Amino acid sequence: MTDKIDHISRQKFMEELRRYQKGSVTRRHFLGVTGLGAASAVLAAAVPALRPRPAFAEGSIGDKVVLATWPNYHDPADFDAFTAKTGAAVQVNVFGSNEEMLAKLQAGGSGWDVFVPTNYAISTYVAQGIIDPLDMTKVPAYDAASFDARFAGAGTVDGKLYALSKDWGTTGMAVNTKMLNGLPTPTSWKEFWDMTMGPFSGRTMVHDYQLTTIGNALKYYGYSFNSLDPKELADAEKLLMAAKPHLFGINSDYQPSMRSGDAWMTVCWTGDASQMHRDLPEIVYVVGKEGGEIWSDFYAIPKSAPHPEAAHALVNFLLTPEINAKEALFHGYPVADARVNKLLPPEIMNDPILHPAAELLSTLEFGAAATLTDPNRAELMARFKSA
Amino acid sequence: MQGRTTWLLLAPAALWFGIMLVLPLCFIVVFSFGDRGPAGGYVPAFTLAQYANLPSRFAVFRNTLTLAPLGTLMALVIAYPLAYFLALQASPRWRTLLLILVIVPFWTSILIRSYAWIFLLGGQGIPALFAWAGIPLPRLVNTPFAVLTGIVYGYLPLMVLPIYVSLDRLDKRLLEASADLGAPPFRSFLQITLPLSLPGVATGCMLVFILLMGEYLIPSVLGGGLVFFIGNALVDLFLQSRNWAFGAAVSVSLVVIMLITVSAYMWLMRRLGGARDDVSLM
Repeated sequence: MTDKIDHISRQKFMEELRRYQKGSVTRRHFLGVTGLGAASAVLAAAVPALRPRPAFAEGSIGDKVVLATWPNYHDPADFDAFTAKTGAAVQVNVFGSNEEMLAKLQAGGSGWDVFVPTNYAISTYVAQGIIDPLDMTKVPAYDAASFDARFAGAGTVDGKLYALSKDWGTTGMAVNTKMLNGLPTPTSWKEFWDMTMGPFSGRTMVHDYQLTTIGNALKYYGYSFNSLDPKELADAEKLLMAAKPHLFGINSDYQPSMRSGDAWMTVCWTGDASQMHRDLPEIVYVVGKEGGEIWSDFYAIPKSAPHPEAAHALVNFLLTPEINAKEALFHGYPVADARVNKLLPPEIMNDPILHPAAELLSTLEFGAAATLTDPNRAELMARFKSA
Repeated sequence: MQGRTTWLLLAPAALWFGIMLVLPLCFIVVFSFGDRGPAGGYVPAFTLAQYANLPSRFAVFRNTLTLAPLGTLMALVIAYPLAYFLALQASPRWRTLLLILVIVPFWTSILIRSYAWIFLLGGQGIPALFAWAGIPLPRLVNTPFAVLTGIVYGYLPLMVLPIYVSLDRLDKRLLEASADLGAPPFRSFLQITLPLSLPGVATGCMLVFILLMGEYLIPSVLGGGLVFFIGNALVDLFLQSRNWAFGAAVSVSLVVIMLITVSAYMWLMRRLGGARDDVSLM
């Protein structure tokens, strides 16, 4: 307890109220000096219904919005800014695969307002009636003309806009060059798998979902990343089963093991590579020269979203160029919005991890929708993991 | 009057079990005869194809059926001397403190404690200590050894407590009588303490074994996706490859395996005579 009397006198309160009414002080100053701000915050914490409902730009959108997304994919400060602006707190659920997100939405009752599907998953969500076209009047920050159609195009299905481009990237490999001991850095998927079954035995990680793990095994033989051909898949399975005893782990969250030095090489997305390379320069990123995956991620809103207003407001906020630029600086993935790219420092725009050379990009394939639902690929992956 | 009281007493549990156990189990059985939907999930059918596909999951059944009994056995070997010390050797003042220490790990989530093991077993943990002493260790994380360490660590308290209770209830006068009649301590242990503590051993083993058979979390954290239990294969089938019908068939097999092993175990315990009428499952 202090002796200082920190409540405000009646006279002073009226003076402050007049100043606030005249507009000579801000609302924040008024709430601060009078102690009303602190008092209502304490009350609000105890009684949610008493939370102040100021007239936010987006109108009243409720006090909560649930986002299902990927690991290391957003700057938490941007969520705080959204909450400060709209009054809706962002609850984040993290997932490691499109399959898992699809399974949750198929089962129903996910409670998600916004989620982040990858290009090849969107048409399945539309066909299954899981997502609705977006109400674009509520997303004024989106400007279709400024987005690169290569990356934003998959959001449109049958002429309707279902999903908005978040960012894009490649799936290559991250290699800890300190552990090479004079060996050359692998440059292809062939070398990736041979290293795994050779000098890097016990130190390699692959993703915990079918598209890239099977896709990059198919690349070993020079097949298409998206192949559904039973003979080609059988070859990929043979390779995966032979490599499994040599793996360090099957996990889409590979940063902790790579950073600790337990794993030396992993199948890796652009952003994870730039995050790791930023802190540990010996971890380098390689796009397999036979090809591999190029992808783009999107914001979409499920039909079942409990807070659709807040969902649109959150997407609108995150796609506001200034905010999206902050997001990009945090997650380290390239963004398809030209307005955002203008705000980013040139060293990011010239970073070879984010923007691989054109001849490497040209060999990459976008994931095909059929791979997501193909029973043979799903069962192959499940067998591989259960072996 | 009597009947009504009985019903009132049983109603909450019956309702709970009916809704939370029997109903989902019925769904699982029905699903297990169905098929995978075109985009995953379940479509009604009547086929035995899912059961015919079970051999493809041989490895997960093998992992579970070796690591669960092995983990139970190791927990028993570690827990028995500890429980013996707590019940028969420790002074009452220390006993309370030590018992609290046995329970303390439950105050933190098993998930967080399992993550801690990743660091302990990882290259910068215990192996680094050994390497410093000049003894290179093979990789420990993401191996069956790591999973075994994790499950023994995680379930040890559940083994200690029932054994402690049975040893604590042991009539100490029997040990005095045995000593008076000239039996050396080891013989008293074999003929009095051990047989009388068997109900606690049986309870502890049953408790740990049943939980281990359904274990998912520790293999998924410490196995790195390489050491699958049946539980991990199930999560994978329901959430990743979305083959609910096959997942259901694997679930039903797990239930059947549990019924068989647990019944066999109880029968064996009765046959051994160590487990008398007061064998309790909890």
